[in-house]
Amino acid sequence: MEKQLLRLTVNGQEYELYINPKTLLVEAIRDHIGLIGTKRGCDTVSCGACTVMIDGMSVKSCSVLAMQAEGSRITTIEGLEENGKLAPIQKAFIDHGSYQCGFCAPGMIMSAQALLNENPAPTEWEIREGIEGNICRCTGYNSIVRAIDATAKGKYAEVKS
Amino acid sequence: MINDFNYLRPGTLKEAFAMYAEHDDCKVICGGQSLLIVMRQGMIAPEYLLDIKHIKELNYIEFDKKEGLRIGATTTHRTIEKSDVIKKNYPVLVSMENKLASIQVRNWGTIGGNIAHADPAGDPAPVLIALKASVKFGGAAGEKTMLLEDFSVDYFETALSKGELVLEIQVPAPEPKTGAAYQKFNLLESDMGIVAAAASVTLNGNSKCKDARIVLGNAGSTPKRIKRAEELLVGKTLNESLFAEAGKIASEDCEPVADIHASEEHRRHILGVLTKRMLQKAFEEARA
Repeated sequence: MEKQLLRLTVNGQEYELYINPKTLLVEAIRDHIGLIGTKRGCDTVSCGACTVMIDGMSVKSCSVLAMQAEGSRITTIEGLEENGKLAPIQKAFIDHGSYQCGFCAPGMIMSAQALLNENPAPTEWEIREGIEGNICRCTGYNSIVRAIDATAKGKYAEVKS
Repeated sequence: MINDFNYLRPGTLKEAFAMYAEHDDCKVICGGQSLLIVMRQGMIAPEYLLDIKHIKELNYIEFDKKEGLRIGATTTHRTIEKSDVIKKNYPVLVSMENKLASIQVRNWGTIGGNIAHADPAGDPAPVLIALKASVKFGGAAGEKTMLLEDFSVDYFETALSKGELVLEIQVPAPEPKTGAAYQKFNLLESDMGIVAAAASVTLNGNSKCKDARIVLGNAGSTPKRIKRAEELLVGKTLNESLFAEAGKIASEDCEPVADIHASEEHRRHILGVLTKRMLQKAFEEARA
């Protein structure tokens, strides 16, 4: 299969890739660009570990062709920190012990951030709905919900360390 | 493993029609939330993939009080559920879209793709058929419109001919004194339905039935209207025992298959219960 040129903008940086058109967005991000924070879990649009943002919307990158993301702004977990400092949501996840094995965390945090961008003051139920596309097999979700709630309430607004 | 394919990205609808007519073994991808799964399973391996995701001409929601609703094929599920005119005039579409799948899938998946994929477990079709929707489709040779209930012809098969794309979903203006409801039965709220039922009820006066529609999801090879139960209701003064009778007919006339999720018997039972409940809910909404 002839490789095609793809220009991708990930975390504000432009990349030029030569890829087989069947390359999935998660493969472009992990295997071609080398940003391995985004995880590859079920590969069937179920688990949400591969969640990234395209133009601010959360999507599952295992089920988007990389070619379809051309011309869009992609944000991965690596793109949340600013000037080497963790984003409030990341700090909150650490403080609340919102992961154990950690595999779901990058996708979970991207879903949480997408939720907060859209709805800065979610109720507990809205938080749970906001992460419904992400599966965690360790925490039982409660610590994740608490971390998102604390972030929404501004407890991490100043603390970006 | 996804098989190799050639990727085609037309910029306009006209280009898409031309490319689709030109290539024989070609599938259309929009959001790909269903298509990429079956490609990964090796169930289909097209030589060409035509990407219509970015065709702006097909991305719109338009509403007119007389003409009703028109939704372009590449409109995402999320756009539909957030649309103010749809919230106001077709609330059942919003509640259906809310539970169609996870947020990520609704952000990228499209209404046209869902209808064209024609999975009998798909959520939009039963609701849209209950609302008497039509689908506009076409290609280089021209366009046509047909009732959505005639569009699905078998499992994952539609009335689309070679070179034709789904272009638009059309829903008539809401009739006065009409209610509609939809519920699917599943284990995870945003998962595929094991079975589902949609109902709409239009009243004449306070409780006399002018029109009724019952459409079942995943109860056969295509979304299934239960006309025998609809006929039972029309012209009658509606009450709970009539809804129970309609539910019984639905559980008799449906044609579900057994699989790992539920037996045929269990599915028939649930379809009867859902039919009864959705009729009751639609009736109460119509009276409100």
